[in-house]
Amino acid sequence: MLIALLFLISCGGGDTGTITSTTTQSSGGDDEPQSIREGKGIGEITHVELTADIDENMVEVGKSIYDMKCSSCHKLNDQRVVGPGFENITNRRKPEWIMNMITNVDVMLDKDPEAQAMLEECLMRMPNQNVSVGDARQLLEFMRKNDKERTGQMDAAVN
Amino acid sequence: MKIKQVFRITAVSAAIVAMGMATGCRPQTSGSQSVGDAASRVYVAPGEHDEFYNIVSGGFNGQISVVGLPSGRVLKIVPVFSAHPENGYGFSEESKPMLNTSHGYVPWDDLHHIAISTTNGEHDARWAFANGNNTPRIARLNLNTFETEEIIEIPNSAGNHSSPFITENTEYVIAGTRFSVPIGTDEDNDVSIDTYKKNFRGTVSFIKVGNQGDMSLAFQLVTPGVNFDLSRAGKGKSHGWFFFSTYNTEQAHTLLEVNASQRDKDFIMAVNWKKAEEYIKAGEGNLVKARYAHNKLDHNTHTASSTMMEEVLQLDPKLLKDIIYFIPCPKSPHGTDVDPTGEYIVGSGKLAALIPVFSFTKLMKAIEDKDFEGEYDGHPIIRYESALHGVVDKPGLGPLHTEFDGRGNAYTSMFVSSEIVKWDIETLEVLDRTPTFYSIGHLSIPGGPTAKPHGKYMVAYNKITKDRYLPTGPELAHSAQLFDISGDKMQLLLDFPTIGEPHYAEAFPATLIKDKQVKIYRIEDNNHPYVTKGAGNARVERDGNKVHVYMTSIRSHFAPDNIEGVKVGDDVYFHVTNLEQDWDVPHGFAIKGANTAEILIMPGATQTLKWTPDRPGIFPFYCTDFCSALHQEMSGYLRVSPANSTVALKSSLGE
Repeated sequence: MLIALLFLISCGGGDTGTITSTTTQSSGGDDEPQSIREGKGIGEITHVELTADIDENMVEVGKSIYDMKCSSCHKLNDQRVVGPGFENITNRRKPEWIMNMITNVDVMLDKDPEAQAMLEECLMRMPNQNVSVGDARQLLEFMRKNDKERTGQMDAAVN
Repeated sequence: MKIKQVFRITAVSAAIVAMGMATGCRPQTSGSQSVGDAASRVYVAPGEHDEFYNIVSGGFNGQISVVGLPSGRVLKIVPVFSAHPENGYGFSEESKPMLNTSHGYVPWDDLHHIAISTTNGEHDARWAFANGNNTPRIARLNLNTFETEEIIEIPNSAGNHSSPFITENTEYVIAGTRFSVPIGTDEDNDVSIDTYKKNFRGTVSFIKVGNQGDMSLAFQLVTPGVNFDLSRAGKGKSHGWFFFSTYNTEQAHTLLEVNASQRDKDFIMAVNWKKAEEYIKAGEGNLVKARYAHNKLDHNTHTASSTMMEEVLQLDPKLLKDIIYFIPCPKSPHGTDVDPTGEYIVGSGKLAALIPVFSFTKLMKAIEDKDFEGEYDGHPIIRYESALHGVVDKPGLGPLHTEFDGRGNAYTSMFVSSEIVKWDIETLEVLDRTPTFYSIGHLSIPGGPTAKPHGKYMVAYNKITKDRYLPTGPELAHSAQLFDISGDKMQLLLDFPTIGEPHYAEAFPATLIKDKQVKIYRIEDNNHPYVTKGAGNARVERDGNKVHVYMTSIRSHFAPDNIEGVKVGDDVYFHVTNLEQDWDVPHGFAIKGANTAEILIMPGATQTLKWTPDRPGIFPFYCTDFCSALHQEMSGYLRVSPANSTVALKSSLGE
């Protein structure tokens, strides 16, 4: 049974969409949760509605969080340092997967095959950096802008 | 049957112990006193938690041990008055001020007693207070972080032994001096030792505790020159009073072993602290010069600061009547303990063959009727019999301390006869006795000194260990013993070794604090002046001969990890910010040749190691706390050049 919670995030005038989140689904047995099969990972975030435009206010907040909590391990280009570079992340991963990885990393590393493949490659468990769902959404916006600037494309993995 | 044999042997050895006590004063055999199913009763299965936290003083190690009960497992060592190379306490720039005193930096003390904060006389376990005996101080620990947050020095005190006991709502924590000394200005205090009776004074200090735990020295009572030993606050009906045991009322200044044991009775000093508050409100008391340090940790900057205070408010109870009364108490009382109801005050004369129990109701009546038997240095002495509820006759030898189980029973430790005696507070009848191995000092029942004891377990903290564990040379771990006291008879369940020399300990249910523990410090809230919020801000700056390294740590690298341009003669400050925001992921930092210790930085915190390179060369630094699969890679190099070098200051990562 899923209890849907609605997180409304509005910054300035720009409505950047909604995030639907649920309580963590604990699937018994070998059944892979539906969300993992859909490439959305596992965690609170089940649906992220994106807008066509980039919200610069959110990007600014997202950048400050990136600088403080992420930049030690993730570069903005495609170079892997400790973790993979951020370039093209929104073109490779669905927004739900990205936000679940940020906010629910321990469960992701236990259950999500894509996250586990990254761990095998990097040999470093991504730390839980205590990022809220709201802050993860700002980080996502920062990643979208990074992709747009570097590759001319963003959100290619949404559909 | 094997089991039967074990029981028979146990019974025989118990008989030998009893005989030993009848003939000598000390059990002659260690024996095995534990009951058959003891192991299962102290077993805490893997992954499960103990039922009680036991906060245990470390004595001459200046630390506190956190022990789980009933398992006896040591969960943590918290440095309080002693520098602690394990985490850099007393070595890091941030923590050095915590050990500042009017004598300068004092990185050691002798920590004897614990007081866990209470509300309405019951443990609330917000804070633990501890006394520094040698350079008189009181410390406060936050029991949600298990860190020493505050230390206040006690002026006009010498040997802060009668401390840090607290009133029932933690209004005050007190400090009674063990040694009386002259208490004037430094020049006035230069007197001949044999003028003790004329010039030496005792003091008891009342430290006010604020809502957030903040301590401030509210007032000090000046008393006749005696030795204060221990103390307890009244509670319930006796709230508003404090009781201090005294010895050396002979006022001897040499060979106290003999000269302070002359009188048949010393005193318990009863203090009406509400009366003292009234005098202060009425403007009485003298502000006198006094130098003492007040040190506090700021969790937002992760830095302690030290303020030198200049004066203290003193009251002279000889002039301000009705604050102090002396109750005669046989033979150099050590512990003075108040039962859960607040009615009974137990004095334990360590050289007496009985335990006197005083009645608060009778004490009040005696004061009202002015039922005095004389004066001691101008203070009324209550008539002994008028305050006495009764005595426990022949309890054993060398009574020291008493705790309570909340079911009307008292438990007194007997140092000389090495046993614990259980007796009925009302009838004063001895109900049970059990040997301890060996020579018990304090004993501790969870909630035992409060209005609500949890009378399930009791721990004996013994002074002598001898043959209880595998021998380890001349010095042995002090032994502790856990008893089940839920039934009529005390049952020995477990021996466990301890850290340092435990004196007093207090225990409380784990449920009071275990879900409130701080797991990380939020990096967003870090206001350290040298914080580095993100690897992008990592850098090196020169300010004269000071080099500040703004460094970050996260699994598994430091930023920066290559530094050049440091010169011999520089003072290098490594300000390391741990960017982790995950529980139980501290990083350590150490550099070759540092004359201090490592620093251990909690998630979200900043700590600073000062290092003065003494020669040119390449100096590796590394993380000391195994943090990840790539922990061995978490390292860096710092180049030191000669003093006249022109190598430019620079830092980098991954270049």
